Amino acid sequence: MKIRIKFSKQGNMRFIGHLDVMRYFQKVMRRADVNIRYSEGFSPHQIMSFAAPLGVGLTGSGEYLDIEVLSTDSSAEMLRRMNATMAEGIHIVSYKKLPDDAVNAMSLVAACDYTVRLREGYAEKLGTTNADFMNGLVSYIANGNLEIVKKTKKGERLVDLKPLIFDSAVTEDGEGIFLKLSSGSANNIKPELVLEAYCNSMGKEFPAFGFAINREEVYADNGSEQAHDFVTLESFGEDIE
Amino acid sequence: MRKLALSDEVLLSVSQPARYIGGEINMVVKDPSKVDVRFAMCFPDVYDIGMSHLGIQILYDMFNRREDTYCERVYSPWTDLDKIMREEQIPLFALESQDPVKDFDFLGITLQYEMSYTNILQVLDLSQIPLHAADRTWEHPIVIGGGPCSYNPEPIAEFFDMFYIGEGEVVYAQLIETYKESKKRGDSREQFLKAAAQIKGIYVPSLYDVEYNEDGTLKSFKPNCPEAPETVEKVLVMDFANEVYPEKPLVPFIKVTQDRVVLEIMRGCIRGCRFCQAGQIYKPLREKNVEYLKELAYKMLKSTGHEEISLSSLSSSDYTDIEEMVTYLVDEFHGKGVNVSLPSLRIDAFSLDVMSKVQDVKKSSLTFAPEGGTQRMRDVINKGLTEEDILNGAAEAFRGGWNRVKLYFMLGQPTETVEDCEGIALLSEKITEVFFDEVPKEKRQGKVQVVASTSFFVPKPFTPFQWAQMCTKEEFLEKARIVNRKMKEMKNHKCLKYNWHEADVTVLEGVLARGDRKVAAVIEDAYKNGALYDSWSESFKNDVWMQAFENCGVDIDFYTTRERSLDELFPWDFIDVGVTKEFLKREWNNAMNAKVTPNCRMQCSGCGAKNFGGGVCFEN
Ligand code: SF4
Repeated sequence: MKIRIKFSKQGNMRFIGHLDVMRYFQKVMRRADVNIRYSEGFSPHQIMSFAAPLGVGLTGSGEYLDIEVLSTDSSAEMLRRMNATMAEGIHIVSYKKLPDDAVNAMSLVAACDYTVRLREGYAEKLGTTNADFMNGLVSYIANGNLEIVKKTKKGERLVDLKPLIFDSAVTEDGEGIFLKLSSGSANNIKPELVLEAYCNSMGKEFPAFGFAINREEVYADNGSEQAHDFVTLESFGEDIE
Repeated sequence: MRKLALSDEVLLSVSQPARYIGGEINMVVKDPSKVDVRFAMCFPDVYDIGMSHLGIQILYDMFNRREDTYCERVYSPWTDLDKIMREEQIPLFALESQDPVKDFDFLGITLQYEMSYTNILQVLDLSQIPLHAADRTWEHPIVIGGGPCSYNPEPIAEFFDMFYIGEGEVVYAQLIETYKESKKRGDSREQFLKAAAQIKGIYVPSLYDVEYNEDGTLKSFKPNCPEAPETVEKVLVMDFANEVYPEKPLVPFIKVTQDRVVLEIMRGCIRGCRFCQAGQIYKPLREKNVEYLKELAYKMLKSTGHEEISLSSLSSSDYTDIEEMVTYLVDEFHGKGVNVSLPSLRIDAFSLDVMSKVQDVKKSSLTFAPEGGTQRMRDVINKGLTEEDILNGAAEAFRGGWNRVKLYFMLGQPTETVEDCEGIALLSEKITEVFFDEVPKEKRQGKVQVVASTSFFVPKPFTPFQWAQMCTKEEFLEKARIVNRKMKEMKNHKCLKYNWHEADVTVLEGVLARGDRKVAAVIEDAYKNGALYDSWSESFKNDVWMQAFENCGVDIDFYTTRERSLDELFPWDFIDVGVTKEFLKREWNNAMNAKVTPNCRMQCSGCGAKNFGGGVCFEN
């Protein structure tokens, strides 16, 4: 049986890298007595895969992993058991059963939502205010030139970020920005890329540690290249009663 | 959210920030303002190494069971963070509360290997605690050392307020009570140290005066106040069978060296190899109750979620219930998502059978530690492993499908000749011959491979070889060349591989192991000139150390190659480890005559450890 787990990774857990998060969850499965399926062979490993790695330094509210189990209790019970053995900062949000023919989370990923804020002191360093910076960023995304040189394994390549930014808006309090960015294997855009392009357009050096970035949600695209229809990865599953 | 001592800028610019944030599964959380005693427990090496250490997990658990004490962890910051902390004057902090170490009541430092000594100074320095005990006041923590190297604490004595000689489970409770009383009475720091010196197992170096002879050897070592005892007695756990053990060990986020549940099955050893310090200082052998261990295995796997479990001891085959224990682990856990990592066992039908169950025979190898290349050499070091044992074990394993063998030897032990060195190559060759004899051509899967590794011998205190003259660097390397040359001469040399190490670190280890108080200046000088992480070959700076010896006018040969007379007073003689100097002398003489001493279960040799009143000495 396939299960999709949604979790948040907040606070100090932002310093735990992706490989260690994977190891962490392998141990969670044992501590919480999840009847996870193991691969065959001499050194069996758990059937587990993650939707999209989150960089060190970033937090996430809607992170995903898929597992296969041999049996399970109700979603509520599994949430209780897993959350009873969590490190501070990691929390299981949902535990849902997927249809048997479900595609794994990783290959579904098409877009991610982010909220970005300037860390304390950085607005001054950049000679601006939080609100001005964010408003400027929104109009830059709307009107500016977003062609950047992206370094890949095969060398450098010119990329226009504009069609890969699906949405942007200043947050309600006026101090941050919300971004919906293309993600997944084909056109993966990290928020830092947009921020760096913006800083460069103002002739400012991009402050590597200047931003607090939270990934809010991860989406699949049920629509097409022309007419996107983004749905959360969570929506593919159903609660187990 | 728990506060962190380091900013995001710092944490994101160093490698492995998870080393510094704490918050691991099973971390103990207490309100520091609600305890009487704050104890910072330090392993002076990087987190990845320190977190793998069993002793700290045991003490962490033990201290934190007390309501009046909060024990937290400290490790050496890696070199990248070390640099930042110095530049920005960030005080070293404990992982749990992230509070500065300098505000703690105690800083306990475990002394596992001599090459960590400069890291001790780093920890003190970064904590902003004066390096010398003499310069500390009540404003600073009491700095206490423990662990194997505290059996000769003299080279680092002046950096410590006290040492704990023995197993940590025994008198820490008493020490904490004494501390609390002293504080309540408003004692001076010195008064407290004197009170502590009266606890069995506690050594307070400042309460002892040392005099030297003209030739530099020790003339006298005497207490300078009535509170300090003439000899400091080792303390050890005598009700070991059911001694409490951490059921919820910490689970690091990053992959550390020991990423598994470790069950300690016994302490001490019956074997008495003459080079081995652990074999003497943990005498007598004591075993854990097997039913208790089984219960612990379950609880610990459950509380950690680890995917691997292993057993820890000096010589696991000597554990009475080893077959029962190993069979239990394999039956209960193997194939259920938990790997059973086998301890190194004597190669026989039983061990080959369990190995074939839990390992891929084609990929795994057999391990033997003959330590000496010829039977004569093995008799000198009292290693009760014969050529016959090895060849028979190998034959049986080859028939079972194995074709890789690892051999461990030590070079530079007393009386070693060219023939003994060459014996390493000859023994390796014989093993390959066994393969060709035992395994018919059509059944051979892959080639036989024998890998021999040698380390260089360092004489250690409280061993029969404490009187031994150590080799020079050149002598060590010449011995390695002899082995290497002989290996190449062998008919099956294509099946043989030989590894050896650099000798610089060994020489230094030799000085620190049998050093006296005069060596402290060298350690400090080396540290101040950039020596750090000396046990890491990539950061070991031999030239800095050599310069330090010169700057301080300390002669390396005096500590390493010098011939010591049997009646010389050693810097560590004030410690009573149970094993008597008389016994060690007897064993030294036996070694010189290549005479074997039976193990404790065959016959008691009257080493002195019986006085502790338990363990193997009372088995029969
Ligand atoms: S007293 Fe005898 S049995 Fe006990 S540890 Fe010493 S040699 Fe072994």
